[in-house]
Parts: sequence; C-alpha cells; structure tokens
Amino acid sequence: MTRSISSLVGALRQEFGRQVESVRADREDEVYVLLNDSDIRPMTAHLRDESGARLVTVFAEDRRTPDGVFFNYYVFEQKGSAGYLILQAPVRADSPEFPSLSAGLPSVNWQEREIQDWFGLKAVGHPNPRRVALHDNWPDVYPLRKDFPINTILPPFEGERHIYRPALGEGVFQVPVGPVHAGTIEPGHFNFAVAGEPILYLQLRMFYTHKGAEKLFEKLPIHKAVFLAESISGDSSFSHGTAFCQAIERAAGIEVPLRALVMRTILLELERICNHVADIGAIATDVGFVIANAHASRLKEMLVILSEQMTGNRLLRGMTCIGGVRRGWDAAQLGSLRSTMDSFVREFQDLVSLIESSESTRDRLEQTGILRPEKAKDLGIVGVGGRASGMELDVRRDHPYAAYSRYPFRVPVYQAGDVWHRMQVRIDEVNESIGIIRKAMAEVLQGEFRAPVPAIPADRCALSAVEGWRGEIIHWIRTGPGNRLERCKIKDPSLNNWPALVEAVQGNIIADFPVINKSFNLSYSGTDR
Amino acid sequence: MFKILQKTAKTGIVTVNYPAEPANVSKHFRGRPNFDFEKWKDARAAADACPTGAISLCDKADSRSVTVDYGLCVFCGLCAETSSDQGVRITQEFELATPDRRSLVLTAEYELNNDGTHRTLRGVNHHASDSQTDEVIGKKLRAVIHKVLGRSLSIREVDAGSCNGCELEIVALNNPIYDLERFGIQFVASPRHADMLLVTGPVTRNMELALLKTYWAMAEPKVVVAVGACGISGGIFGENYASLGGVDKVLPVDVYIPGCPPRPQALLHGILLAVGRLRERLTTGHGAGSS
Repeated sequence: MTRSISSLVGALRQEFGRQVESVRADREDEVYVLLNDSDIRPMTAHLRDESGARLVTVFAEDRRTPDGVFFNYYVFEQKGSAGYLILQAPVRADSPEFPSLSAGLPSVNWQEREIQDWFGLKAVGHPNPRRVALHDNWPDVYPLRKDFPINTILPPFEGERHIYRPALGEGVFQVPVGPVHAGTIEPGHFNFAVAGEPILYLQLRMFYTHKGAEKLFEKLPIHKAVFLAESISGDSSFSHGTAFCQAIERAAGIEVPLRALVMRTILLELERICNHVADIGAIATDVGFVIANAHASRLKEMLVILSEQMTGNRLLRGMTCIGGVRRGWDAAQLGSLRSTMDSFVREFQDLVSLIESSESTRDRLEQTGILRPEKAKDLGIVGVGGRASGMELDVRRDHPYAAYSRYPFRVPVYQAGDVWHRMQVRIDEVNESIGIIRKAMAEVLQGEFRAPVPAIPADRCALSAVEGWRGEIIHWIRTGPGNRLERCKIKDPSLNNWPALVEAVQGNIIADFPVINKSFNLSYSGTDR
Repeated sequence: MFKILQKTAKTGIVTVNYPAEPANVSKHFRGRPNFDFEKWKDARAAADACPTGAISLCDKADSRSVTVDYGLCVFCGLCAETSSDQGVRITQEFELATPDRRSLVLTAEYELNNDGTHRTLRGVNHHASDSQTDEVIGKKLRAVIHKVLGRSLSIREVDAGSCNGCELEIVALNNPIYDLERFGIQFVASPRHADMLLVTGPVTRNMELALLKTYWAMAEPKVVVAVGACGISGGIFGENYASLGGVDKVLPVDVYIPGCPPRPQALLHGILLAVGRLRERLTTGHGAGSS
C-alpha cells in the first residue's frame, strides 16, 4: 500500500470543484467528500473510469434533524490505496429523490431499492424500481426514517407479497420454491422459469427474515449492540461482532492492544475454516457424495468444540468487545488450539484428497453454475463467489485490520467461476487460514487484551470493514449522545451477491440448483437484517 | 473406493453417547447463570449490562424485585462479570428445556437500601419445572419412540426469522458426533410427514403466514418446540415493527429450549422432552396445541 486514498480527492476537486462542498478526513484512511447536490453520476463515472475505483456500497441516513436533509453515502475503494473514499450527497427532504446508478452499475441495484423502501427516497431512473427490502403487502412506511417509531404495530398485511414476472412460451413452467425449504435452511422464495430441465430465469424474493435490526441499533446502548451485531448472521457472529466493535473503536479513537488484535485474527480465521469445511462437505452432499460430508461435518464439529474452548460459545459469541476481547487465553487453551490445528490439518488433507480423487464428483461440479468474470465485475460480486470469478478482492489484504498485516498470505483467484472453483477457493483459503493461525499462535500472547473504553463521543462517523468468510462485511456508524448510535448500516456480502446466483443458474438443470446455491452459500438473515 | 473404506475404518465410531452418558462440555462453556439471591447484594450493574433485559429490576418505595428470565438469556456471561459479589456464577448447565414458559422466570424480592443496594431477601418466586425433565432420558425414551411412534419421530424445522445460529446447531444434530437418527428421529421435508414442528425465531411479520401454513399442514397429534432465546421471547430482537417476538405469539408451544443458540445436546434434551408431551397427547386423545 503506497498511495493514500486522499490522492483521489485532488482529482475530484479539479474536475468537479463546484460540486464539492467540503472534505473531511478524521482518519487518513477514511475520507468524506461532502457534495452540494445529489447528482453523483458524473463523479461516479469519473472515479470508476479514470481512477479504477470500485463502488463498495451505497446507503442513506435521515439527517432532517439537524441538517434538514437526507444523505446518501457512496463508499469507494481503489486498488492499491489503503482506505475508503466516501461521497456524501444530500437528498432534499421536500423532494426526496436521487438519481439511480443501477442502470450502469448493477451492483447497487438492491441497495438503491433498499434506500427507497426504508427511507422513502426515490431512485430516479432505476430500471426495476419495485420493492425489495419490504414486501409488496406492507403499507407505505419508511422504517428507517427518524419519525417512524421502532415499535409501530403495522396493520395485518393485505394483497400479494410479490408479483413474479410471468414466463411465457410453449412448455415453459414456473416452479415456486419456499420460503420454507426442504432442508434445515433459512427462508426465501425462489421462482424458477424452466423449459424442461434447464432453468431459463430465476426470480428471488428475499427479506423474509427482516427483523428491524438496523433500526434496533439506534435504540440499544452501544455495549448491548455488540450482541445484536453478533446476531446479524449466526455463522459470521465473530466477523460481524468484530466489524461492529472496530467501527466504535475507530469512532472513539480507542487503541486496541496487539494481543487482542492477534486473538481476533485467530478467531476470524477459525470462523472462516469452520464455515468453509462445512460448505465443502455440503457441496459434496448435494452431488451425492455423502461420506465426504460425514467427514467434513465431523471436522467442523472438531473446530466448533475448539471454538467453545477458546471463547465459551460454539459460535464464538461473547468474546469480541469494544476495546479488544473479553478474556485472555491460558496455556491449556493455547495447547488445545495447537493440537486441534495439527490434527485438523491432517484430516483436512484426507478430506480434500477424497473429494479430488472422486471423478464423478468432479464431473458434476466442473462447468456447473458458471459465473463469468465480466458478470461478476458488473454485479460487484465479492468474497468466495467473486474470487472464483476473477474478482481479486480481499479486505484482509487490501485494507488490513486486526493483525493481518503481520501475516502475509495468498489470495486465491480463479477465472472459471464454476462450482468446482468456488469449492477450490474454499480449499485454498482453509490452507491459508491454517498458516495465518499458526503464525499468529507463535506470537507471544501476553499483556493487555482489552483497552479501557472511554465515554463514546457523540456525532462521530466511522466505517469498518472485515473480510468475513463469505466476503466483505461493512459496518458504518454515526454515534449519538448517551452511549447510543444515530445510525448503523450493515452490509453483509450476501446483499450484493444474490444476483450472482440468478446469473449462475441460467441454463443449468433445476436439479443442480441446490449445489449451485450451496456453492455461494449466502446469508438470508445477513441480507434481510 | 478403497480409499473411502480405509478412511472410514481409520476414523472409527465417533458418536457420543449423550444422554445415556453426560455430555463432555468445556469448562469454558457458558451455560446457565446461577443466581445466589442471598449473596447478590447489588443487581443494578448486571441489569444494566444484560443485552436482552433477561435481568430486570423493579423498585418500589422500600423494596426491589429482581426478575431473571432464562427465556431471554443469551448466555453472554456479563451478569457474572459485572457483579462484584459472589451472587452470579456461570455454570456449565445446558439442559434447560421446559414445557412451562413460566418456569424459566425467577423473581426475588428484596428490601432496598438508601444507597441503591439491597439487603434482606424476602423471598424467591420460582415456578418449579416439570419433574419430567429428569425422567425423560436415554433408553426410556428410545423405548417410547419405538412404541408410540412406530420407531420414528419426524421433525419439520422452520426458520421463522432467526439469524441462522440455531439452524447451525440443529444441522449439527445430524453430524456423526450427535447422530440424531440413532433415536429414530429424522428431519423431514414435508410438514404432512411431521410429528413435531421445531421453530427458530423471532417470528418476523414476513414469516408469520408461512409458519402458520406449515403448522396447519401437520396432522394431529403434533407438538411445537420453540428454539433459542429468539424463539422463546424474541431474544435481542424483541418485538418491533418487523418482529412479532417469540413463537408462542403465533402458535401454542409445548416445549421451550433456551440457548443462543442451544448446543446440540440441549436441543436433543428438549426434543426428547417434547416426545413425552406427544405421548401424553396420544394417550389422552386431545392436544393443547389443537386450536
């Protein structure tokens, strides 16, 4: 990392000087450019085309009190620059609309519609402006506006939940699936248009598990909100919990002790391995290789038992906290970590060799559910699904946090974009994670593990990013008075990755849908919040 | 093929013998917080720290009632961390499932001091749990399942809005370590095949109808089990514009399994407890849940 993100600001000032109201950088890796109108299209095009910047996420905030306007925030990153550039565009309260970017940047399709649904700001020019984050049968409410009380009791819903586009043609059928699925998984609705076996088109209806989380963040005292962050997506409890704590630490200027940073790194990687090995097993199951899953789920349980020994909870909950971690590790715990990793390494190699030597498994997974690199780029796919399709992104390397800068590792990237390579990314990452954990274990884990936490100052903004096992997790907060938050934006990687599934299933047979879906394994709860 | 068999032989049997033998639980595991109300002189810090309001205070002129609700507890351990006296201790107990929601709630009445601490304990109100809990273990239950359900119990699981944490533990019941099928218990795809509805929550507004339809599709007799803090009470999400709270806001619940999430053995314990309820329902010919 040689450049600083602020180098982008100079160019913006030069090109769009009249539109830039002010520039603020509380920290050098987080620069806010306040604009004086809501049309960010030329700036976005400039950042993307001239500077090669990537639009990471888009979200809104109701600042009618005290600023008299809403704000939309557009978060950019640039390859080779540490930090994030955030364009802050006002949206007038008396004319609540903003120009949509989705036609040229499909990666913000759902995120812009979420702003429409939750804030009542119209995305003008959106190619598909229908509801996404609220179902069609909800009344016209905007839950994230400040004048909407969280405990509002909405009347019984009426009418259709969602109108699916009809698929017409001789021999074309629509197959509705969900929200309750055959297995023990999260709820969502899939509507397949099929012509015989092949899938022509998949429509998704998500947000069944929407439970008001972002609104709830504005109500809870900050130390309690850590537990809400851990419940955004159960399999990413530690990543979301840590992303949230990091945001508060940045806002309050808390220096986390090195020991805690190293411990967080170990636990973040433990979470990654747990989920990756479970997914590898589940992918094998979905093509009938059940015995591989028996071994994989046994290995996962081995790591879950380790998680409990290290943190007191099988999902690593109740460990990360503002200022560091809640407990240190004794010699016995470190011994368990070492011995479990040693036996895991051997067992994992056996598992991989079982799968890789199974020709029929390989045959089912190769060329299945292809997401082409150019599509992945258009849709802004992050994480495992992105890296299997040429997206060379990893927050751990690009914007190091915790103690990652101390442990160099390889980011596996493939171009083929099929199920096999999404599994391959996981296998490679497990091996890298083992390396990271072993290097981190070798550090002297002594000294403070938790910094004292001062009163959190009001009206501070902070962005925090974590490479969860699925991909890029973003938390953005604005603190308020009285140990509360004014706003907490959560972006799970699943939110912009669902459209990848729609793309990848086309032309595949419906019987392969489960394995394609599993190869992305996106979080419904993380999407719906 | 040889490789597969070789690996299987090398691995051997890994299944644990819970509940016939006690579960092997790490000493670091945070199970039920135990409250010694005599020793607990100041509950304010714990009530303040508790993320879900599982510990709450109600002060009157000269008295204070302290309520502890295990149905809201997420087992974070902050109550023990913040209580300087020996009043709260984290145990490794996890077999907390009960058919009686009220039995998860304890209330202690204190006299209040001027400085906000409390003194003399006036009494603890505890709805004693069903003694069934201890009875329903091991072989006895296997016998019940064999006899009553023709060797099998079929469960339909519904995620009515959970974070997916409870699902991970439910799925773990099928791994070779816990191997639920050794009891003749299996998860089924259709509610029409199911005897038991296992629900994680909170129940969202958007999942209410799907949950009800799943329940309606099940044949009598049937039992409903609410899983986890969210399934019992709404947990950290509570009730809001999008969340209705616990499963019993929507369906009659037969057994509640506390935890965040409940570990696989805790789930198994609760499921076995619910089988007892199913047996009652079969012999008496009516169901509390058949509304």
